[in-house]
Amino acid sequence: MEKLTNRSKVVVKKEMTFLESIYLPAIFGGMWITLKHFFKKKPTIQYPEEKRPFSFVYRGLHILKRDEQGRENCTACGLCAVACPAEAITIVAAERKKGEEHLYREEKYAASYEINMLRCIFCGLCEEACPKDAVYLTEELVPSQYDRKDFIFGKDKLVQPLGTSAHPKTYKPYKK
Amino acid sequence: MEIFLLDKTIVVVIVFLITLLIAMYSTWAERKVAGFIQDRIGPNRAGIFGILQPLADGVKMFMKEEIIPTQADKALFIMAPGISMLTALLTSSVIPWGSYLEINGRQVMMQITDINIGMLYIFAVVSTGVYGIMIGGWSSNNKYSLMGALRASSQMISYELALGLALISVIMMTETLSLKSIVEYQAINGWNIIYQPLGFLIFFICALAECNRTPFDLPESEAELIGGYHTEYSSMKLGLFLFAEYVNMFISGAIMSALFFGGYNLPFHEELSTVFSHNTLAILGTVSFMLKTFTFIFIFMWIRWTVPRFRYDQLMHLGWKILLPLAMFNVVATGTVILIKMLW
Ligand code: SF4
Ligand code: SF4
Repeated sequence: MEKLTNRSKVVVKKEMTFLESIYLPAIFGGMWITLKHFFKKKPTIQYPEEKRPFSFVYRGLHILKRDEQGRENCTACGLCAVACPAEAITIVAAERKKGEEHLYREEKYAASYEINMLRCIFCGLCEEACPKDAVYLTEELVPSQYDRKDFIFGKDKLVQPLGTSAHPKTYKPYKK
Repeated sequence: MEIFLLDKTIVVVIVFLITLLIAMYSTWAERKVAGFIQDRIGPNRAGIFGILQPLADGVKMFMKEEIIPTQADKALFIMAPGISMLTALLTSSVIPWGSYLEINGRQVMMQITDINIGMLYIFAVVSTGVYGIMIGGWSSNNKYSLMGALRASSQMISYELALGLALISVIMMTETLSLKSIVEYQAINGWNIIYQPLGFLIFFICALAECNRTPFDLPESEAELIGGYHTEYSSMKLGLFLFAEYVNMFISGAIMSALFFGGYNLPFHEELSTVFSHNTLAILGTVSFMLKTFTFIFIFMWIRWTVPRFRYDQLMHLGWKILLPLAMFNVVATGTVILIKMLW
């Protein structure tokens, strides 16, 4: 039969030589290897004290952006919810009233915007689908909770706090 | 007489406490060594470098729920870990931890008792060690435990023979059964390892098997027997079984350093005795004895995290067909050399 790779090795069950059959040289060889590992530098990271930096494209907790004037970007078009493969996003739309122009950028806005973090697979498709640059995935980790219902994050947790930088925290090479 | 009793009591208590302390920290050291060999750093959360880990483990063991299977033989089930621990600790009574201290003109031996058949005593106690495991495995009324106990008993019996024969050659050379005399013999004639390297190798391998350490940990073998003889044990009973293993390890390390590596003897004894007082020297000797013992404990652990477990037939093959004949050959060879020397 033709071989698929050149990595396969032919195993021969041959009689052991005397040196092999007394095991000791092999055991000492093994002990030499383990001794070398004993003195090696350990790659352990002491987690809560020491944290590894995330990758630039890490996808974590969502954020709903505001623009430079502090208005919410989201127009409740629902494209993110449609794009979401996990069906994690639920949106209730509402119309902007007179006098709310400083709150919402578009004429329609999301009265309620909920993401179920237990359903979400952090694929980032919502971010790609959004035409208004409203939803982004940040470097934050989703905090652990005791209750399932606490994993449904509403606008109170998702919307970017007022007065913070309008640029997404993460580096997004594929979006300007 | 009262003074003598008091001295002995103090020595007994100290030896007991030190043995327990060292066994306790062996569990910590084992995890550290395992960690370092596997490129990890081992326990380091309880206290600095995880130094309080044994205490935390002890507390954990005591707090665990105690389960006794309904089908188990209760009395034996409860007794077994105790027997294991008892036999493990009993051996420490004849080990010469050091020479003597001079306190108020009295000589206090740093050994619980120096019986003139010390070696025989050790054999007797070590061979009863299998009872704890056997009774534990049998009384649990569990097939895995029974298998573990069976393996343990056959393994221990097989290796005890070679162990005994390896020691016979040492006894032939030193012409005494008392451990203290054997150690003192080495002070004059040099360490026994020089004359008995083969005997030491056999003894070392058998000691590994007697302590149920890898590569001979078939009675436990987590992967196949789910812990073997202690499958059904929980809480501090399990703790005692595991602890007895570490005590055994410490004691066999001590026996090996006493029998083959000069025990508490210091090199350059004459030169040192001009500098230090007798008591300092005795304590230094004990420290060197302990260091040798710790080295053995480390080697035991090192081997555990290097070598995989033997197959059962390989184990029996090694014991009966290789170690036993080798040990016999060693006895004959030693005898021949002694005879030639005598005729010279
Ligand atoms: S990251 Fe993916 S799964 Fe999560 S909400 Fe966005 S589209 Fe849905
Ligand atoms: S986040 Fe973007 S895609 Fe989703 S509803 Fe708002 S504007 Fe539309």
